[in-house]
Amino acid sequence: MVNLVVEHLKYRYPLGNELALEDISFEVKKGEFIGIIGENGSGKSTLCQAIVGLVPNFYKGAYGGKVLVKEIEVAQSDVSEISSYVGIVFQNPFTQITGSKLTVYEEVAFGLENLGIPREEMIKRIEESLKLLRLFEYRHFNPFELSGGQMQRLAIASVIAMKPDILVLDEPTSQLDPQGSEEVFQAIQDLAKNGMTIIIAEHKIEKIASYADKIILLHKGKLVDFDTPEKIFSREDIEEYGIVPPVYTRICKSLNVKNEAGFYPVTLEQVYYELVKVYG
Amino acid sequence: MDEVIRVQNLSFAYKQDYEVLKNISLVFDKKSTAIIGQNGAGKTTFVKLLKGLLKPTSGEIYIKGYNTKEVSTAFLSKYIGLVFQNPNDQIFKNTVLEEVMFGPLNILKDKKQAQENAIKALEMVGLQDKMHIHPYDLGLSDRKLVSIASIVSMDPDIIILDEPTIAQDHKGNTIIKNVIKELKEKGKLVITITHDMDFVAEIFERTIVLNEGIILLDGNTREVFSQQEILKKAYLELPHVAQLAKKLGIKQTLLTEQELINFLKHNKLNN
Repeated sequence: MVNLVVEHLKYRYPLGNELALEDISFEVKKGEFIGIIGENGSGKSTLCQAIVGLVPNFYKGAYGGKVLVKEIEVAQSDVSEISSYVGIVFQNPFTQITGSKLTVYEEVAFGLENLGIPREEMIKRIEESLKLLRLFEYRHFNPFELSGGQMQRLAIASVIAMKPDILVLDEPTSQLDPQGSEEVFQAIQDLAKNGMTIIIAEHKIEKIASYADKIILLHKGKLVDFDTPEKIFSREDIEEYGIVPPVYTRICKSLNVKNEAGFYPVTLEQVYYELVKVYG
Repeated sequence: MDEVIRVQNLSFAYKQDYEVLKNISLVFDKKSTAIIGQNGAGKTTFVKLLKGLLKPTSGEIYIKGYNTKEVSTAFLSKYIGLVFQNPNDQIFKNTVLEEVMFGPLNILKDKKQAQENAIKALEMVGLQDKMHIHPYDLGLSDRKLVSIASIVSMDPDIIILDEPTIAQDHKGNTIIKNVIKELKEKGKLVITITHDMDFVAEIFERTIVLNEGIILLDGNTREVFSQQEILKKAYLELPHVAQLAKKLGIKQTLLTEQELINFLKHNKLNN
């Protein structure tokens, strides 16, 4: 079932001279895990904002085309109206924290209160998402007493608790330690398996390679390609878009080791399998 | 050995009875150094203490011989600069150039020299064309580069970067790597907090692992990454190349792509 449709989306920021997004079209099915990659300035964050309707409802500017979330056209609806269907974790967690709540627990409650979730259900969801993001022991802390990484986990927890159909994350693990970001990716993958659609803009290319079902490659506001990680990272011209493939893919390119389908492997398991065949 | 920083029996607590750092002693010479460890291990607290923004609860820190408890943070800023994790905590001027000039202007009291330093620093991070832009009209990655330039322009002997590669793409990462190399060539001590193990493996001579307020490992980077069991205890990963080498049953600690490629070209895997 398709639950996100982007059709000929075009957008220019109010003071921008160039299009930030230019004729973007793609469809995402329920439960798919989609990575967005591209160099800085390629439109990743803008696309994330457009999926949740902050572009154009908050940022204004010139807008064309359509974004449909569960068949609702986001540009025509109120951000608050669609916020129960689609949630976003911002790039900078310091921006996401409301600043009006005194504890981590209340911070997660904030979104739920606004959605009018019943109290019992609210408590259940808050505790679940705090535990999922390993923040339960910090529930009585002031959000601003948390470390950068903990604050970023809090931003994710507060959006996950709202259980959106589509979860958009803009570099959600930039401040996390390796284990922390692995945990976040695993948690998100579990949510995808349970039917939540995941759209994630991320520079950690090895993580995207192992978790994403498909990748959107953006360059200068245009969609260059939308395909599986193997196909995207096997493109001979990938570096022209400012993207360096995962280290495992680079090693295989140097050694000219491809899989049976003729693509370079992209994950640790795949590269191990191929290298043992050749060098074992 | 050129001693630049001496840390002696350092302990620190934000709240009574909750020590974030516990009796740490070490010496920094000019080797470029990475500090790694889990979120909440005390990394940022540690560098804020080095910079003199926080003062030890007990123990001493000497920056080029000056005890941080005895001199002001303003005095220390001639010798040690810290680039914050979140650039928004640091940036407050209306243009990129003014922002980057602010530090040198306060230290040098000479506008011409300050501007010269600032422009050089902006060239180093590739922002010379964005000098007259408002910092908040830049994206997070460029703003992070502005915050790095603002410290580099002060020309301190010690430069600390707190997670410099956040929000950077490949191009930004390359710029930051080059900045670190250039500072090192100029004889500066560069200390960097990071979670990117590939970055650590590629750039830094020395690596320190902080875990729950104590130093778990400290040594040259290859040695540190050979201590897999201890790293696991600190919930740290190996660099991607080292992970693959380990999975392939290679005994040596290989850190870079080229090392692994060369190994495969000259050796047979035995598993």
